[in-house]
Amino acid sequence: MQEQTKSVEAEKAKGFDFKKFVGKMGPLLALIVLVILVTVLSPGFIQPNNLLNLLRQVSINAVIAFGMTFVILTGGIDLSVGSILALTGAVTATLLSTGISPVIALLAGIALGSLLGFVNGLLIAYGKAAPFIATLATMTIFRGATYVFTNGNPITGTKMNDSFLFQFMGRGYLLGIPFPIFIMAIVYLVLYLLLHKTTFGRKTYALGGNENAAFIAGVKTKMVTIWIYTISGLMAAIAGIILTSRLSSAQPDAGTSYEMDAIAAVVLGGTSLAGGKGRIFGTLIGALIIGTLNNGMNLLGISSFYQQIVKGIVIIIAVLLDRKSNDK
Amino acid sequence: MKIEMKNISKAFGANKVLEGVDFAVESGEVHALMGENGAGKSTLMNILTGLYGDDGGEILVDGQSTSYSGPLDAEQHGISFIHQEMNNFLEMSVVDNMFLNKEIKNKFGMINEDKMRKQAREYLGKLGADIDVDKPIGTLSVGRQQLIEIAKSIMTDAKIIIMDEPTAALTENEIEQLFGVVNELKKQGVGFIYISHRMEEIFKIADKVTVMRDGISVNEYMTKDVDMKQLVRDMVGREIGDFYPDRDPHFGKTILSVKNLTEKGVFKDVSFDVHEGEILAFSGLMGAGRTEIMRAIFGIDHYNSGEIYLDGKKVKIKDPESAIKHRIGFLTENRKDEGLILADSLRDNIALPSINGFVKHGLIDDKSVDEFASLLMKRLTVKAMNEQVTAGSLSGGNQQKVVLAKWVGSGSRVLILDEPTRGVDVGAKREIYDLMNELTDRNVAIIMISSDLPEVLGMSDKIAVVYEGKISGIVDTKGATQESVMTLATGGADNARAN
Repeated sequence: MQEQTKSVEAEKAKGFDFKKFVGKMGPLLALIVLVILVTVLSPGFIQPNNLLNLLRQVSINAVIAFGMTFVILTGGIDLSVGSILALTGAVTATLLSTGISPVIALLAGIALGSLLGFVNGLLIAYGKAAPFIATLATMTIFRGATYVFTNGNPITGTKMNDSFLFQFMGRGYLLGIPFPIFIMAIVYLVLYLLLHKTTFGRKTYALGGNENAAFIAGVKTKMVTIWIYTISGLMAAIAGIILTSRLSSAQPDAGTSYEMDAIAAVVLGGTSLAGGKGRIFGTLIGALIIGTLNNGMNLLGISSFYQQIVKGIVIIIAVLLDRKSNDK
Repeated sequence: MKIEMKNISKAFGANKVLEGVDFAVESGEVHALMGENGAGKSTLMNILTGLYGDDGGEILVDGQSTSYSGPLDAEQHGISFIHQEMNNFLEMSVVDNMFLNKEIKNKFGMINEDKMRKQAREYLGKLGADIDVDKPIGTLSVGRQQLIEIAKSIMTDAKIIIMDEPTAALTENEIEQLFGVVNELKKQGVGFIYISHRMEEIFKIADKVTVMRDGISVNEYMTKDVDMKQLVRDMVGREIGDFYPDRDPHFGKTILSVKNLTEKGVFKDVSFDVHEGEILAFSGLMGAGRTEIMRAIFGIDHYNSGEIYLDGKKVKIKDPESAIKHRIGFLTENRKDEGLILADSLRDNIALPSINGFVKHGLIDDKSVDEFASLLMKRLTVKAMNEQVTAGSLSGGNQQKVVLAKWVGSGSRVLILDEPTRGVDVGAKREIYDLMNELTDRNVAIIMISSDLPEVLGMSDKIAVVYEGKISGIVDTKGATQESVMTLATGGADNARAN
């Protein structure tokens, strides 16, 4: 009996390692294949300038997707990130155009994003609303609030463009590298540590894996949920600042359907929509895959209509492959 | 109908799971099939019903060599398999579940609901089950669902019914009712293959018993000619000495003291003390409120009034986190739903309640967590490759040890164990009992909820019996008998006094 159990478990362990390998390395391998493919078809792709451009394009989606990773790890979803991006962008831009200190304007935007995420968290943790429904509702509310706040007009202004700090966020260069890439890297590092090296991260996985068991093991599941949506809101606000700075204006319809790109990045990175399984490294790769697809297809002159179809097909392939490696 | 399985062998890859197994059952008898998890019982049954092919041997039905192409084929030939996990569609009505894929249609191809309802009622009526067939099946107790499952079997004219652990989630009353139905059908010529871990049941219901171990059939007995000790010996393949280890308790001071704990409609005026080194059993029928009392103490559920004292000081436990801070641990009755995060590693499961203690400069010290987990796994003899495998990959007994490791690791001084050996095989059971003794030797107080009376009598120092949400008596285990505990558990003492 014991021997038998051991051999069965040994066999399982072997299969598990293989799965783990594919699960961990699958998205990375896909990215490498994609990069090689695009480079062969369009050698200009691999030029440093293009790569930096690609990374800058990726940064906004990646930052949102990093926050979304936490949400999806708990088995939730945050559809409101695009609207939070627009509202925080508009508020920040408005504050800047009043001539207020840019530091305060930026912090206010970030605080607002966190607050909006906090509201999502409250609705989900204490209102016991399904995350999909709660954030679907707030997505509409925040978008509507953006239109009310901006009167439907883009916010631009010379004072806004006078601020070096604000300009730098989206358009600056540090050591020849676009600053949004630094923001993405810093956010990644902080959230990586938070997810994989702190008790908060461990509790996130526990909550996503089995909420009841996590609660009984002493995890304050409601607090963790609220914090996670707050983080997601905060990330959307950071993305909003990058975008507003990059465009030198806040558009009321900014960030529309950004939630979909973020979810796609998370899923392409191998995180399970059921919660409990996934890694933030995967999300980074997922965002890079989407970025490479966009950039590569642009270089190849493929029409944006076809690009959407291709992106969708890539997601389906990724999900099918993931299923297969999970079923083994 | 007579089924004979002769010399059945089966291997999955290099792993031999059955070797030369003989088993026979015929109409009008109940033949129990016993054995630890992994002994090959389910594989044998799945070969009988055609889910798996065999690698050797022969199945004779009424003397004819037979093999079924699958469960549906077997069912059509009168062999019906009632699985432990009933695959009901909980939102669908009883009648829709009963006729799933066998709907009665009228000549236009539409479903004839009236006819289905009538038939469903008729078959349930035969079992003496008064069930509203239009109710969603999920609103009924597991016991009732079990009866519906049997009604389904006789609807397909089953001659042999295989039942896998049918009583695992039934109350005493439901078990009685189930046994009544089985006996009745037996008289009508239906044969049963009854898979169960529970000794008492085997002796109550079975005519014959076959014990399997490691893929062989060890022995077959007439139930009246065998005793429990012999069966255990056959199952484990070695003498486990006495089934329950000796306890040599030394009580220290009172740790936990509960006074007049009340939650309206659930439990009332619950008061008890537990001492260092003591095992206090909570006995009673299912649904009497034992689990609810413990959930309230541990801060999972609400209570209206009453006090909880730890070391003589009044404490307020508002959630499990504060219970853990007060060094209370709670092994819940359902390890898959509440005890484990199946997709997480053993390490993360074991460390979860203690994780805040492993933080260095704001980050988790992974190396200490690894050491912590592997040390606890060694101490609790968890059989696994290493601490990184997922909890879902372990057997029931090993999973239970992982949950225990969690609470031992969090430094529990009061450990609440709700059905600690449910679904755990005999060998692991003994290991859990030994661990309980080891813990109480170190002054841990254990509260053990158990529906298994021999376990209560074998492993506790005192027994608190709960009846309809109230403690109907706290007795010393010495001197208590199954009858005296059952009397308290069924309100018998009250009735006696009233008379």
